Amino acid sequence: MSSTDADTARGTEGPGRGSGPSGGADRERSDLADLEAGLDALETRPAPDRPPVGRILLDKVVPPLAAIVLVLTVWQIVHLSGVKPDYLLPGPLDVWGAVEQMWVQGTLLEYIWTSVSRGISGFAIAIALGTPLGLLIARVKVVRAAIGPIVTGLQSLPSIAWVPAAIIWFGLTNGTIYAVILLGAVPSIANGIVAGVDQIPPIHLRAGRTLGATGLTGVRHILLPAALPGYLAGLKQGWAFSWRSLMAAELIVNAPALGTGLGQLMENYRTMQNMSGVLAAILLILLVGVAIDLLFFSPLERRVLRSRGLLGRSG
Amino acid sequence: MALTVTTPDSDSGRATTAPHAVRFDSVSKSFGRAAARQRAVEEVDLTVRPGEFVTLIGASGCGKSTLLNLVAGLDEPTSGTIDVPGGRPALMFQEHALFPWLTAGRNIELALKLRGVPKKERRPEAERLLELVRLGGTHGKRVHELSGGMRQRVALARALAQDSQLLLMDEPFAALDAITRDVLHEELTRVWQETGLSVLFVTHNVREAVRLAQRVVLLSSRPGRVVREWEIDIPQPRRIEDSAVSALSVEITDHLRQEIRRHVQH
Repeated sequence: MSSTDADTARGTEGPGRGSGPSGGADRERSDLADLEAGLDALETRPAPDRPPVGRILLDKVVPPLAAIVLVLTVWQIVHLSGVKPDYLLPGPLDVWGAVEQMWVQGTLLEYIWTSVSRGISGFAIAIALGTPLGLLIARVKVVRAAIGPIVTGLQSLPSIAWVPAAIIWFGLTNGTIYAVILLGAVPSIANGIVAGVDQIPPIHLRAGRTLGATGLTGVRHILLPAALPGYLAGLKQGWAFSWRSLMAAELIVNAPALGTGLGQLMENYRTMQNMSGVLAAILLILLVGVAIDLLFFSPLERRVLRSRGLLGRSG
Repeated sequence: MALTVTTPDSDSGRATTAPHAVRFDSVSKSFGRAAARQRAVEEVDLTVRPGEFVTLIGASGCGKSTLLNLVAGLDEPTSGTIDVPGGRPALMFQEHALFPWLTAGRNIELALKLRGVPKKERRPEAERLLELVRLGGTHGKRVHELSGGMRQRVALARALAQDSQLLLMDEPFAALDAITRDVLHEELTRVWQETGLSVLFVTHNVREAVRLAQRVVLLSSRPGRVVREWEIDIPQPRRIEDSAVSALSVEITDHLRQEIRRHVQH
């Protein structure tokens, strides 16, 4: 770096700079560099160590496992005490038996996959529709005034309320199921991105404009990444709404041509008065919901928040 | 708007291409509608020469930030004209305003990208700018991993990445502790001397203004008008403790206080 050239170039206009001997200037310069490096070192805290695996297990894994064991134990005790006959309140082992039977018959994964694949494709369409809708509401005043409250209101409308209307429109088809998923998930995804955009500190938008990020460039480089945490929260909620709506729809929209998802499975067990099967289906629905959140959304959200220093432990 | 890619070492000729870095011609700016009209700045005439370091000083309501927004093109004057021949000026804020979803280096690369620098030149240029503010090796650091002073230096590097002839600074060191601020004064003086930039620096801090600038401009409040100017010929490197800096600071503060007293409600 030829800083001395720049110095002499400036010497003509900068008052009093060129006069001193260059050795003195160099020493001053390296003093300043050391001073800065010292300050930087003092003000930067080393990243805290990752806690050992044993500690993580003890803090994060043991408590939920203990809670599950406790619930199962209480359930088994109530079951054994015979408050209700077996066909009304089967024990945990009976329910496990129902799951095992599906596994042996080779139908278990098929039921799960029928529902999960529907849920995922419905959710994907909901993202494709909800994201631009949310951006429009967030950025265009007229659109926000016109449909903002409606979209927010739609979130509190239980999606099962759409099922009768959807059946009249689409009959007992996949169309009905997807319509119900979309009406459940799109408002929540749109609201997520609106919240994400509203939470962007105005300074980031200002900084973006001074750097020349306007129009679509601004949306791509500033608005979307800045709104990402809120958007992810919206997606997470959108998935929960998709999954719920799907189960509501599957319970009612039951036709042989549609295949058997978890909702239909539960309805089938109900008609057979098989309480163990019904409870097994409920557990599977819960399990899939929790698994997708734990395996996909939570790690993604944590990663985004951590990289921005928005989580307690940095690193 | 001509944004040419020049290295700071080669731009000593740039200073002579335009007669001014920014010129205000009786610029006024009002906010609100007829009845409750607030005049933020009124009839401001001011010229910053190429390569000159000017600080604007004034009490609350002197319209300093309004003036900077006008120069930055974030707002339009109600009347008068502002001429910025060098294109879109770079702007530094009191908050570092770095984007937390990007690393320090990527923040600078984004500025380069938006300026149209080809992809493969961005990384080395970002490294060079980080070296310039003496943060070599922090390219991959996240914003939250840096201290307040380091963030402001990255912000300075990002502003320099715009390769504008004019750098606007809106109280950039106001939120820093005194020791860090002192070091950043020295750093800014050095970078200014190495790059030959024109700087328009807004502050509430009279000593800071005298420590840094070649010229201090005092603004009145509500509306903001240019009251007085001081040319400062104390040689750089100056220190904020210098007796010459102190003496002039006292003089300017007296004028500033006089301006504030005019607002007593009788």
